[in-house]
Amino acid sequence: MPDIGEGIAEAELVEWHVAVGDPVQEDQLIASVMTDKATVEIPSSVSGTVVSLGGEVGSKLAIGSELIRMEVVGAGNVSDNDAQPPAASEPVGVHASAPADEAPQPEPKAEDKPVEAPKPAPAPARPAVSAPVGGAVAPRAEGEKPLASPAVRARAKEAGIDLRQVAGSGPAGRITHADLDAVFEKGGAQSGGSAKRGLAPDTSMKDIKVVGLRRMIADKMAASKKHIPHITYVEETDVTKVEELRATLNKTKRDDQPKLTLLPFLIKAMVIAIRDQPGVNAIFDDEAGVIHQYGGVHIGMAVQTPNGLMVANVKHCEARDLWDTAAEVNRLADAARKGTITRDELRGSTITITSLGALGGISHTPIINHPEVAIVGVNKMQIRPMWDGTQFVPRQMMNMSSSFDHRIIDGWNAATFVQRIKTLLEEPALLFMEG
Amino acid sequence: MTDRKCKVLVIGGGPGGYVAAIRAGQAGMDTVLVEAATVGGTCLNVGCIPSKAMIHVAEQFEAAHRFTSPNALGISVSSPSFDLPTAMKWKDSVVGKLTGGVAGLLKKAKVTVINGAASFKDGKTVLVTKADGSTETITPEHTIIATGSESVELPFLPFGDDVISSTGALALETVPERLCVVGGGYIGLELGIAYSKLGSAVTIVEMADRILPLYDSELTAPVAKRLEELGITVLTGAKVTGAKDGKVAVTDASDSHMEIEADKVLVTVGRRPNTRGLGLDNLVLDMERGFIKIDDRCRTSMRGIYAIGDVTGEPMLAHRAMAQGELVVEVIAGKNDLWDKRVIPAICFTDPEIVSAGLQPDEAKTAGFDTVVSLFPFRANGRAMTMEREDGFVRIVARKDNHLVLGIQAVGAGISEMAAGFGLAIEMGARLEDIAGTIHSHPTRGEAFQEAALKSLGHALHL
Repeated sequence: MPDIGEGIAEAELVEWHVAVGDPVQEDQLIASVMTDKATVEIPSSVSGTVVSLGGEVGSKLAIGSELIRMEVVGAGNVSDNDAQPPAASEPVGVHASAPADEAPQPEPKAEDKPVEAPKPAPAPARPAVSAPVGGAVAPRAEGEKPLASPAVRARAKEAGIDLRQVAGSGPAGRITHADLDAVFEKGGAQSGGSAKRGLAPDTSMKDIKVVGLRRMIADKMAASKKHIPHITYVEETDVTKVEELRATLNKTKRDDQPKLTLLPFLIKAMVIAIRDQPGVNAIFDDEAGVIHQYGGVHIGMAVQTPNGLMVANVKHCEARDLWDTAAEVNRLADAARKGTITRDELRGSTITITSLGALGGISHTPIINHPEVAIVGVNKMQIRPMWDGTQFVPRQMMNMSSSFDHRIIDGWNAATFVQRIKTLLEEPALLFMEG
Repeated sequence: MTDRKCKVLVIGGGPGGYVAAIRAGQAGMDTVLVEAATVGGTCLNVGCIPSKAMIHVAEQFEAAHRFTSPNALGISVSSPSFDLPTAMKWKDSVVGKLTGGVAGLLKKAKVTVINGAASFKDGKTVLVTKADGSTETITPEHTIIATGSESVELPFLPFGDDVISSTGALALETVPERLCVVGGGYIGLELGIAYSKLGSAVTIVEMADRILPLYDSELTAPVAKRLEELGITVLTGAKVTGAKDGKVAVTDASDSHMEIEADKVLVTVGRRPNTRGLGLDNLVLDMERGFIKIDDRCRTSMRGIYAIGDVTGEPMLAHRAMAQGELVVEVIAGKNDLWDKRVIPAICFTDPEIVSAGLQPDEAKTAGFDTVVSLFPFRANGRAMTMEREDGFVRIVARKDNHLVLGIQAVGAGISEMAAGFGLAIEMGARLEDIAGTIHSHPTRGEAFQEAALKSLGHALHL
């Protein structure tokens, strides 16, 4: 297990991209491991055949322990032509150590391994025991055509399988019928070309190991719900004016300024509201019986990523203007979705915003990001008829569903906090009346 | 005027069109094929097949002629003679058998064949004008344009009388005493060599600095050498500017003007898409340099209209059109099929023949591959010796890192029959080890293929 930076001592295996018996090329990704909330792909530092794997998915491996054992063919290019077993095979354990590195995806180096000289032709010394399947990283350069015989290609087309997504276990990365079989076993038919239609009882049951980010989310949510008596307060807010302001700003912004969403305005409103209700911007260390109340406002922003929920930290919102906040929000969301977000950017928030707006819904009961004490939830914006005293007028309305830790925040404080945000958003000029 | 509706309309009965029509008919689709001339297209009527027939005639006559002088085989022949009209008749009978066969296959597949010229009125309606002047309107669900290509005419050298296209060269009544071939591509060379063997004094004028400019010089060198042996004059870097009274005006590489006396001038400077009279102006098709633009499912930019074969651009080869013809019917039938071929081998039936499948060495390099190239000459091949033809070689281009075969080229007598093996190897994704590890029968020229693979792996046996 290579050192993956930041003084991390162990990492959890999330996924193997190879199986015992598979041929592996240098730099091919062999495993995904996870530390805290960052997932790191581990590439192979040598070419060879997998002899054994250092652990099961879900197990934790210490840095420096054996990740994988590979057999490196050392006999040059010709051995596969004369039906003899490859000479001079040498098992090489890949557990290189590299200097601690801040980068989230450092390359493990293998300077201490005797693999540099004869670069073997990637002929598998034995047939693959279990072929790599869809989902594994196809070992070919971007844009390169998948290599497969016409019969394999026809079968894939028939079944609606995109061969570019299938790893080939054959020589030179050729996709074999066995590789396709493996995709079928995994239920890989993408468009169900040959699937039968009609109603039929489905008796299948799949066991999915809860590992990695999912397990982390599960643990966190359970802890929060178990320890914190939540009080959830829902209020509607008229965002017509702030939406008009936002549209104007977006229209007149400079090219180098980011496009504004509602989020920076909400963050700004929260920063101001927190001045009057500093108790909601805190970390409650319930074991020690201490509340750490913060001067700075570090807003956690829930981001849905392909792997699950992450909370990215927009630090020091009190020291950011609207544009700066917007740029940071965009940057973090992007990094989280791409998986390049660093560990440091995923911790240290003191209050969290969660938004289910895009999906609709009029309210929800957000779970506090433990050990924080408050979470502000945003629901879908909608034009609703509102009574202005003489008539119904169409107004852009948005509900906010916010939860608080009732152990230390009273309903009155919670309501005051939310009402303040509401006022600020309804009269957005107030957002900019500093002091 | 009558009206007709159908599921699939194929315009053009060449190798692309008739294959598509047969396949559509086999699949039970109501199919109509419109062809202005005889089914079989350029390929069967005035291209591949008749030219190969004439090449065969020329080879036989040249062999007979060779035996009139003392030779190593001890065969003696006295004054062989040749009657072109008889040979033409035989050639026409071969063509007739094949086109008749295609017509039979179309009938068996229940395809309605209409003899006439098709023209689009709009994207959904095609007007067919028959030979007798009557017209018919067809409203198809799907239309496949397979109108092929025709010889390019030079403005200063229009076809007619003694200026002929390849079609004219395959219908001559006498062997011209002096033949000037304008254009040193494969069509000009094939016919030029054939007529040289039949007794013409042949001059080939090529604008580029060597013949067959699409192939690398290593590959074309054996052909150039053979042209010299046959006594064919080759002028490279030379431009024809016109022809008058049996004299062809040529400006040669050093800009000096000269005249070549010729009884016939054969112009083979390329082929262009056959779209005239098709009414494409009434459609909004995306075009690319005169060709109809298609995607990897042979679909044009208009829904329900497909195009295959030469009319869609290079490579203008019958076997490409046939493969597209099969594909396009699968697509029309709603199958998830697309063009995913790795290789379309190309053959020049020159003497010696040239086969090229996949990437040539320089092309592989341009494509960014680190390659290993190896060549096995026929002078080390037993079968080549027994046939008195030791010129040429087989050459393999492979990736250096994983030995995947990227291209196979060969030049040699009768080498065209090896194209199938070359194509199979590349299409299957063979590595050098696969070719080296396959037993190639002895004694055949095919052994050179295996030896070339062995050689690039560092252990050729017979070199």
